[in-house]
Amino acid sequence: MLRLEPRSTQSFAAAWLSPVMALVLTAITGGVIFLAMGKDPSTALYIYFIEPLTTTSGLSEVAVKAGPLILIGVGLSFGFRAGVWNIGAEGQYIAGAIVGGGLAVYFYESESTLLLPAMLVFGMLGGMAWAAVPALLKTRFNANEILVSLMLVYVAELLLVHLVQGPWRNPQGWGFPGTRMFPDVAIMPLLFSGKRAHLGTLITLAVPFIAWFILAQTRFGFTVRVFGSAPLAARHAGVHGHRIIWHSLLIGGGLAGLAGVIEATSTIGQLMPNISPGYGFTAIIVAFLGRLHPVGVLLAGIAIAVTYIGGEGAQISAGLPKAVTGLFQGIILFYLLAFDLFTRYKIILPSRRTAAQ
Amino acid sequence: MKKLLKLTTVMLTVLLSLGAVTQASADKLKVGFIYIGPPGDHGWTYAHDQGRLMIDNMLGDHVETTFVEGVPEGPDADRAIAKLAETGHKLIFTTSFGYMEPTLKVAKRFPDVKFEHATGYKQADNVSTYSARFYEGRYVQGQIAAKISKSGVIGYIASFPIPEVVRGINAFMLGAQSINPDMKVKVVWVYSWFDPPKEADAAKVLMDQGADIITQHTDSTAALQAAAERGIYAFGQASDMIQFAQDTQLTAILDNWGPYYVKRTVDVLMGTWSSGDTWDGMGPGMVGMAPFTNMPSDIAMMARETAESIRTGAFHPFTGPINNQAGEEVVAAGETADDGMLAGMNFYVKGVDDKLPQ
Amino acid sequence: MTELIIASMMTMMTAATPLMFAATGELICERSGVLNLGVEGMMLIGAVFGFATAAVTGNASLGLLAAGASGILASLIFAFLTLTMLSNQVATGLALTIFGTGLSALVGFDYVGETIDRIAAIHLPVLSDLPVVGPLLFGHDPLVYLSFILLIGVALFLNRSRWGMILKAVGDSDVSAHAIGYPVVLIRYAAVAFGGLMAGLGGGYLSLVYTPLWAENMTAGRGWIALALVVFASWRPERVLFGAILFGGITILQLNAQAAGLGIPAAFMSMLPYIATIVVLVLISRDVVRIRLNAPACLGRPFRAER
Repeated sequence: MLRLEPRSTQSFAAAWLSPVMALVLTAITGGVIFLAMGKDPSTALYIYFIEPLTTTSGLSEVAVKAGPLILIGVGLSFGFRAGVWNIGAEGQYIAGAIVGGGLAVYFYESESTLLLPAMLVFGMLGGMAWAAVPALLKTRFNANEILVSLMLVYVAELLLVHLVQGPWRNPQGWGFPGTRMFPDVAIMPLLFSGKRAHLGTLITLAVPFIAWFILAQTRFGFTVRVFGSAPLAARHAGVHGHRIIWHSLLIGGGLAGLAGVIEATSTIGQLMPNISPGYGFTAIIVAFLGRLHPVGVLLAGIAIAVTYIGGEGAQISAGLPKAVTGLFQGIILFYLLAFDLFTRYKIILPSRRTAAQ
Repeated sequence: MKKLLKLTTVMLTVLLSLGAVTQASADKLKVGFIYIGPPGDHGWTYAHDQGRLMIDNMLGDHVETTFVEGVPEGPDADRAIAKLAETGHKLIFTTSFGYMEPTLKVAKRFPDVKFEHATGYKQADNVSTYSARFYEGRYVQGQIAAKISKSGVIGYIASFPIPEVVRGINAFMLGAQSINPDMKVKVVWVYSWFDPPKEADAAKVLMDQGADIITQHTDSTAALQAAAERGIYAFGQASDMIQFAQDTQLTAILDNWGPYYVKRTVDVLMGTWSSGDTWDGMGPGMVGMAPFTNMPSDIAMMARETAESIRTGAFHPFTGPINNQAGEEVVAAGETADDGMLAGMNFYVKGVDDKLPQ
Repeated sequence: MTELIIASMMTMMTAATPLMFAATGELICERSGVLNLGVEGMMLIGAVFGFATAAVTGNASLGLLAAGASGILASLIFAFLTLTMLSNQVATGLALTIFGTGLSALVGFDYVGETIDRIAAIHLPVLSDLPVVGPLLFGHDPLVYLSFILLIGVALFLNRSRWGMILKAVGDSDVSAHAIGYPVVLIRYAAVAFGGLMAGLGGGYLSLVYTPLWAENMTAGRGWIALALVVFASWRPERVLFGAILFGGITILQLNAQAAGLGIPAAFMSMLPYIATIVVLVLISRDVVRIRLNAPACLGRPFRAER
């Protein structure tokens, strides 16, 4: 029999190899699925994983799609490290878009260059406020943060619907749901003409590195890491559990809120009933695929964005259904979680000598 | 039927004249569709996909169609539309209201591509809008419901409080009142276009509250099936749903996009496409009615007559006097509501038993 | 008025049934110390395979079997990863939900818009025709009764049987259960599989009885609500019944309030079930003593036998 032996420290090589292996195995599994569906696997895999990266507009789209995934993923990874399971980032994203976007709704004639920065700040605060609810209920009443944060997603969605077809509805919009278009000063400047990559994309790319610095260099980062790996030891060392819960949820909520308001001010340009194609949920995969490490999350966000865009390409040029993309994401996660074993345990092969002992 | 024949002859002449063109350029015209749901929803997206298949059938030698399904309104719409434009599609139909701004944005970047946006109100040089006057069918349904209902209460499952849906409720109510001025319509908003269990819940609740006819402005067949289970009559939505409820469906409003799609595709092939706003009803055949089933022949006769007079333009469903819930006259006797009022409709007519969410 | 009340209660019962199935299964799973957040995914898998089987064979009962079996298979993926490969249970459960959503959409692609004959409500001569109690007690479809029977069975199993005691022991202290000689991992495999079976049945109920059709994502969050119900019930099966009916009841009541034209904005009414879940969670959870008393002490922790 094979035997498992815990490693004293996590294996660095295994930690970085496992996501790569997971991607490779997913590609192989994907090939088998395509074959079963009667498609040529190599063409289909090329469309899915390579083609989006071969054109400049493809790259720009990958960056745009990866942006919110990375922002939310980085925020969630703080909490997941500390064992705080905020899975309601989708709701915090919407709350951020509501609070930040609300500014542009009220100051729709503004020409002030301060509007956009103010919206970003408000968006973060909105996300934080939404995440504060599970934090409060968890620390004060011991209510499970997974369920509370998730239930608040549905509440946020309905709140947004109510706002955009009620009090915030565009008076010139023929009664259709949706706010006015934001004024120009509330729209993220584009980086290149004709491409959708925008200033917010740059913010997104910078955030993982800031987070990395915080995690590696600050006392706060240290407590997060310790709390996640050894909660009992952390308590003895005087780390307060409630504070970690609050910090985790506020960071996760703040970044999700920021992602929400960035999307509202860039790719959408208004508030409407649907502003997220499930970013808050997909970011959970991204966080795990990135090993809960900010730079890993950056790479993982790009990888997942590629599968989305490849998935659309596959619909157009190969007639593959959209569901394949979701299936891939689940399979990636499964492989990754299975490989996790090797980062924490060594496999001891039975040798004759040990057997004889 | 006559219309279809006429259309076919037109098509054939077009095809013959096109023969030469296609010989010269071996490339087929690529036509793209953006769908909000799965083509198999048997509702909204299904109807658009039927329209796409009509292009395939009639113009298959000259045209190639592609669709991207389940594109969420929001950040992703822009990319999906642009992707179709980038991959050589010269005519792109975006089939949900929420695609309005993304369609306009992409259209700006691809001036040589023609765009057709369903149910919107903003046009551009290369962006047309089109929609159907489904309310015409709802008026007929209202009349049928009032004739058949014994309890005098109709259950109406509504999706989102947008003018399109409100207009439908009002037209239904006006139709019902034309038969029985005391008819009541109970409305439940499910805040979704497609959520079968929720639609079924709504249908059950409405039946619990005494509704003996169910009609819906949501896309799945769930409400119809829930009605069938209790032996209560109901109307189908967007396509003929009779195979889901043989003894239940009275009729259904049919979204018949095919002729418009074929026409616009031919326009592009011939180089005669120009931007415009189309809002067609039963007259041009964009709105149809499924066979009138499960009802006595005199009621079916009445329904056919009403539909016919709407089709010929002899009768307009929003003919005054029409009062709103507060009892104020919004359309005077003998007048008809203009398209501006219809397009932005955000009030209930008198008699609707609900408060319009806004 | 009585008619409205009886009719509403009937509707609530059917709304509660899928929740009862899924929550009862998850309760056993959690009692063994395993937290499976993949309920939503397993329900979707059960719903699609159940429907597809019914559509192909024309036999809805066969579909129900397939729903349960596919739920078990899906749960075994989770069990293998968490119990054998010792992966994080929260992450793996989320992965299972994401996987189930994708797989069910792919498998269901060809079945959208198909019809089947639903499993019909039973009709007992005389009994079902009794006033008031007739429809309430004897007028449901067979699965409503099945969910009750299974719930009672689980309650008896946990409270009265030796194996129930062992299951709870494994959930409360895996190390000592292992020391006494119980096969901890095997027992947990079985508990997870039972959870899968029940989630599959719950999904099957949706696609075979509730709305006899398949639609992508048709569970619409019911799996998550089932998870909340387990906490709500503080891991006691008899309370699952109460919670499921309460939740199903609020869902139906808010629609009733809308249909009655009470004039509260519909968006806020639609929020009610979710807000109610949060409120109830808070009320239950704030009683730390009670939670400690019933919550499996090892919930969510991986177990590796030291030889």
